[in-house]
Amino acid sequence: MKTDVPPLLVLAWGNPSRGDDALGPLLAERLQGHAQAAPLTQRLEVLTDFQLQVEHALDLAGRERVLFVDAANGLDQAFLARPVHPARGGGIGSHALAPEAVLQVYQDLHGQPPPPATLLAVRASAFELGAAPGTEALADLELAFAWACRWLSGEHIAQEVPA
Amino acid sequence: MTEPTRSLETAANPQGLRRIVIDPVSRVEGHGKVTLLLDDQQRLQQVRLHIVEFRGFEQFIVGRPYWEVPVMVQRLCGICPVSHHLAASKALDRVVGGWPVPVAADRIRRLMHHGQIVQSHALHFFHLSSPDLLFGFDADLAQRNIVGVAMAHPEAARQGVLLRKFGQEVIRITSGKRVHGTGSVPGGMNRAVAREDRDVLRAQLPEVLGWAEAAVDLAQRLHTGLPPAYEHFAETPAAMMSLVGPGGAMALYDGALRLRESDGRIAVDGLQDQRYRELIDEAVKPWTYMKFPYRRALGPEAGWYRVGPLARIQNCDHIPTPRAEARRQAFIAAHGGRPVHAVLATHWARMIELLHGVEMVAQLLDDPVILGGPLQATGERQRSGVGVIEAPRGTLIHEYEVGDDDLVKSCNLIVSTTHNNQAMNEAVRSVALRYLDGQTITEPLLNHIEVAIRAYDPCLSCATHALGQMPLSVTLRDARGEVLDHVLRSSTGETQRGATPHPMERAQ
Repeated sequence: MKTDVPPLLVLAWGNPSRGDDALGPLLAERLQGHAQAAPLTQRLEVLTDFQLQVEHALDLAGRERVLFVDAANGLDQAFLARPVHPARGGGIGSHALAPEAVLQVYQDLHGQPPPPATLLAVRASAFELGAAPGTEALADLELAFAWACRWLSGEHIAQEVPA
Repeated sequence: MTEPTRSLETAANPQGLRRIVIDPVSRVEGHGKVTLLLDDQQRLQQVRLHIVEFRGFEQFIVGRPYWEVPVMVQRLCGICPVSHHLAASKALDRVVGGWPVPVAADRIRRLMHHGQIVQSHALHFFHLSSPDLLFGFDADLAQRNIVGVAMAHPEAARQGVLLRKFGQEVIRITSGKRVHGTGSVPGGMNRAVAREDRDVLRAQLPEVLGWAEAAVDLAQRLHTGLPPAYEHFAETPAAMMSLVGPGGAMALYDGALRLRESDGRIAVDGLQDQRYRELIDEAVKPWTYMKFPYRRALGPEAGWYRVGPLARIQNCDHIPTPRAEARRQAFIAAHGGRPVHAVLATHWARMIELLHGVEMVAQLLDDPVILGGPLQATGERQRSGVGVIEAPRGTLIHEYEVGDDDLVKSCNLIVSTTHNNQAMNEAVRSVALRYLDGQTITEPLLNHIEVAIRAYDPCLSCATHALGQMPLSVTLRDARGEVLDHVLRSSTGETQRGATPHPMERAQ
């Protein structure tokens, strides 16, 4: 296991130019700023990407805890946080993996369980190319950000949290 | 043998059937939609694959300063942003009078591009294709995926992940960042490769070359071991288009357009990329947002063609790197020298290209010019330019017109998935004809539709990939338009049966 990486990893994904799909990267940006002010910089690494992929399993090595962040279509609340565990999944294309599948890849590659992981899903509804996130989505982002700050400090790391 | 499918695009007696209209709102339900229409005798009358995410690309770009374009177009596609980055740069090289770019910039761009080929092809094969080939099309979805591969063949899965990682490191050292890099600019590059970065990757090359060779071995072994029933699976004879270099060499970064007929005869050769409009045009159909490119000489109905690995490996006369060329010759010999149109052969072709990509990376890392020297060129401005590149999934065309105010006045993008639109539709029709049985969407039918689409790996999810999206929906309707069955399949492999189609997907 790698030991030279910050113990906390926030891995957020989404397309910044696709309306509410930007929520993941935006929350990651906010957390990065929060960590610098806290200061938690030495304990936190923030990664963003367009989508979750197999190689992100390599980024999980050496972490104490991992927070996955993505926009979520069809949520009936501002955000949802829940623990995620390794699980197998399929798909029609190569464009994205579910967080559970990334954890499973980690487990299969390393022969040991991945670090504890939480999925923070932020409500999203509009994904038009070139559009900014909607007003409601940004309001939901604020609530999710507040929760994520508590996650950084060690709170709410396991239980499911409704808004 | 291949069954005729072309007539299934539009029913012969549409007044007796019902037309399905896909509204933009219904995009939230599935990135790819397959609609199947039956007549009163329960025979298939119409099969269509709707890919509904390709809207608004051009509007996203028009009105922007041209120098922003190579960076912003990376947001069009999350899986091959480098291809858009470089195609836009090549087009705008012409606009700024910076073509050809300095040799150092040319080599660094090629290095970046082949890194993209390696990482994308590795992902596709190990994530998508090998599970189908290893476990069979009807295997449990819980096994038929990358994690299933990792469990059954851990070393192959590990090498797949590390090959992808290697390709991404090549991109990082050339573009400056792991994602959303900014290295390529109109007229050249804004950075050279750091010596220490180059040395780190060079040290990995012997191992990486071994993994790439093993990947071709695995793809070849899986393909030749397929049951005879799958020999012609979703076979769709089609003309083949790609760039080729001098002497007909495979050329993934730059070259002239070649088009080969489905029987292997070369129809068009040496066409300069700036003149692509002389060769192809695009048709619009009322039932889908995605256009249908076609050869002008043959018209929209007969002029469709295929792009991508299966086309490229047969369209070129040779691959200009020795290991991949030996593998290409083995591929050709294994098929008796006849043109290959069975879509499952795409996976073998893709791994040969991956090996070529690694060989090219090795060559380019050995070239000291990538470490420095003049990186940008300028010259007399032009109003417009075309950039053509062979992206992992096939030919990618960017065309821009730029005004005196430096703002983009118009643009036209033809992405690989659009080139393959008709070919994918034909493949789905072939599968539906063979596997639809009765009035339900069976698991075998759904699985086989997925396998046919996966061979092309269309950019279904370029736009969004939020949690909760359903990448595929399949709807079966009777002659009165009533829904007989409707199935959604999620990115995690869950199937929702009997769901109601989105209300905006209404009959007309």
